Amino acid sequence: MPQVLRDNQVIQDNWIAVDESLTNLPSGDILLSYDQWQQFSDQLADHDGQIGVWIEGNTDIEAIVEPLLELPLIAINFPKFADGRGFSIARLLRGRYKYQGELRAIGGFIRDQLYLLKRCGFDAFKFIDNTELSEAAKSLKDFSETYQVSADEENPLFRRR
Amino acid sequence: MYKYDTYDQKIVDERVEQFRDQTQRFLAGDIAEEAFLPLRLQNGLYVQRLAPMLRIAVPYGMLSSHQVRKLAHISRVYDKGYVHFTTRQNIQLNWPALEEVPDILAELASVEMHAIQTSGNCIRNTTTDQFAGVAVDEIEDPRPWCELIRQWSTIHPEFAFLPRKFKIAVCGSEEDRAAFLLHDIGLQLVKNDAGELGFEVFVGGGLGRTPVIGSSIRKFLPKQHLLSYLDAIVRVYNRYGNRDNKYKARIKILVKAWTPAVFAERVEAEWEHLKEGPSTLTDNEILRVKSFFTAPDYLEINPLESANQLAALADENLGFSRWLERNTQLQKQSGYRSVTLSLKPAGVAPGDVTDQQLETIADLADHYSFGELRATHNQNIVLTDVVESNLFELWQQAKQSGLATATIGTINDMICCPGGDYCSLANAKSIPVAEAIQRKFSDLDYVYDLGDLELNISGCMNACGHHHIGHIGILGVDKKGKEWYQIQLGGNANKNAALGKVLGPSLCREEITDGIEKLLDVYVENRIADESFLSTYQRIGIEKFKERVYATSS
Repeated sequence: MPQVLRDNQVIQDNWIAVDESLTNLPSGDILLSYDQWQQFSDQLADHDGQIGVWIEGNTDIEAIVEPLLELPLIAINFPKFADGRGFSIARLLRGRYKYQGELRAIGGFIRDQLYLLKRCGFDAFKFIDNTELSEAAKSLKDFSETYQVSADEENPLFRRR
Repeated sequence: MYKYDTYDQKIVDERVEQFRDQTQRFLAGDIAEEAFLPLRLQNGLYVQRLAPMLRIAVPYGMLSSHQVRKLAHISRVYDKGYVHFTTRQNIQLNWPALEEVPDILAELASVEMHAIQTSGNCIRNTTTDQFAGVAVDEIEDPRPWCELIRQWSTIHPEFAFLPRKFKIAVCGSEEDRAAFLLHDIGLQLVKNDAGELGFEVFVGGGLGRTPVIGSSIRKFLPKQHLLSYLDAIVRVYNRYGNRDNKYKARIKILVKAWTPAVFAERVEAEWEHLKEGPSTLTDNEILRVKSFFTAPDYLEINPLESANQLAALADENLGFSRWLERNTQLQKQSGYRSVTLSLKPAGVAPGDVTDQQLETIADLADHYSFGELRATHNQNIVLTDVVESNLFELWQQAKQSGLATATIGTINDMICCPGGDYCSLANAKSIPVAEAIQRKFSDLDYVYDLGDLELNISGCMNACGHHHIGHIGILGVDKKGKEWYQIQLGGNANKNAALGKVLGPSLCREEITDGIEKLLDVYVENRIADESFLSTYQRIGIEKFKERVYATSS
């Protein structure tokens, strides 16, 4: 079974990413691109599982955020690990828009970004390659102290020291 | 200077262990080359032409003697016994072994130093005036603000993978000695009509392929909002900066494309959400950080007596008098001077120092300047607080160690990148050009007569040698596999900063020194009274210089 690193645990991943070419939705918990989500909107009310939506890091999040906030899962795609836009989108979703559901990193991010991704608000990580998840999870704990405000730390160090 | 507490130390220690683990996994083949690249860069490690190069952060240029001794030790044990001071107030080791870099970083951490974010597409070392805290024209000491920015930018979770590198400079004085208008963000400390402290915020300055002078996007940012405003700027850049073409990825391109006014609107809109949030600086924190940058324990000096003694010594000794004139500078405290130790003797790559010289520099700092020193963006060392009665003795000791070349601020105090001798990006060598110029103009009387003259040399258009802002700028270019040099005139990084204008066709290496001599002849023939090279150029324009240099070759 496919696995995902979530809340610091390696768990079975029940979310099915729906191929762009499909014309009918599979059953179960499905992860749709933002475009698919729009396209299938009339079928979604009767769907037998949960609906999650993935977006790109360059999304104009301010314009589309409202309905997304109701979803149990939002995924942000990293086209390559060097593309850091997803970090800002995550901060906005967690910080400004108070998104409470699962925030999942997908795509080409790498293990050594986990600590930073987690601080920006990601709580689930779906690697594109066969990265060993329990080994990778160690990188979530690279640092035990931090200077800045972030999704997991509401006060900067100078308000705590 | 700033002292780490247990939090600061822990973060730096954990960074060493993080990179140690990453290096081990890379060497074991568990991290791909491509994925290891940004990890090593963000820890200062480049792979250069001949060997790796490690860039060590010197936050806003400040060092203690203790740290300098550690650097001497590191250069002996892990390198070839010398280090290089860069144009960003940092230090480079030219020959470290990858396997040993984690150990070097651990040694650095033991003296409250690191190499975090000295390279890569992230927020780099914040720079400022080498005379911060003692400059007579200072509005406010910029160093506490630099330290606050250092902490805010260190391992910032959101901004580790920006479109491109990102540099911040802070200027606290009337005169600009930080080239702050040529940074991604330039912060000028200002006071408003009510006497409150804040910043004028400039964005989009920079050198490199597309040199641009920064634009003001906010006239007055109250000081407590510094960090949230920086978050807003960098967030807008992170989201909208160009990621398709690395030559169009700096913030200056975005600011230009949107116009500074539109960029400012976007930042203000973002800031509306962050303003007054938890990143707003507290008075306690500002006071805490300021408490590390207080004046040292100065002696009570009779200024007249001190000045007379100095004048008498200078009368007796021409060498000392020249050094006093060029390499020392008045500072806030009467009876004290700031001393620049030159790293530009002829025959040595500008900015290079040996481990022995580092030991001497540490000793001089301990004996004469409260154990602290500064690295300058002109690639020299400054001792800021030397009592005048010690200057003669200091000069003698510095001279013995080759640190008293009395050419500060002259043509022979050039800024120079490592160039084609070391750097894999370079199109041409720069160090031999610097040396040829120093040898050509070795007559000190002539050099002093020329007066203040900034000559900057870069080995490629990435402009690490700041050639755009030299009064005379030299840029190495590659033409069909041969090294050529383009000359630019009139650049400067003063308050009314200007970028140099290209003089004409490039010269080959052999023609450079003669070309420079012709430029200097035109200056000497045309100057009025004690007008500087830059002022003469600004008055008479580029044509006369051009005619002379190309007269015989056309």
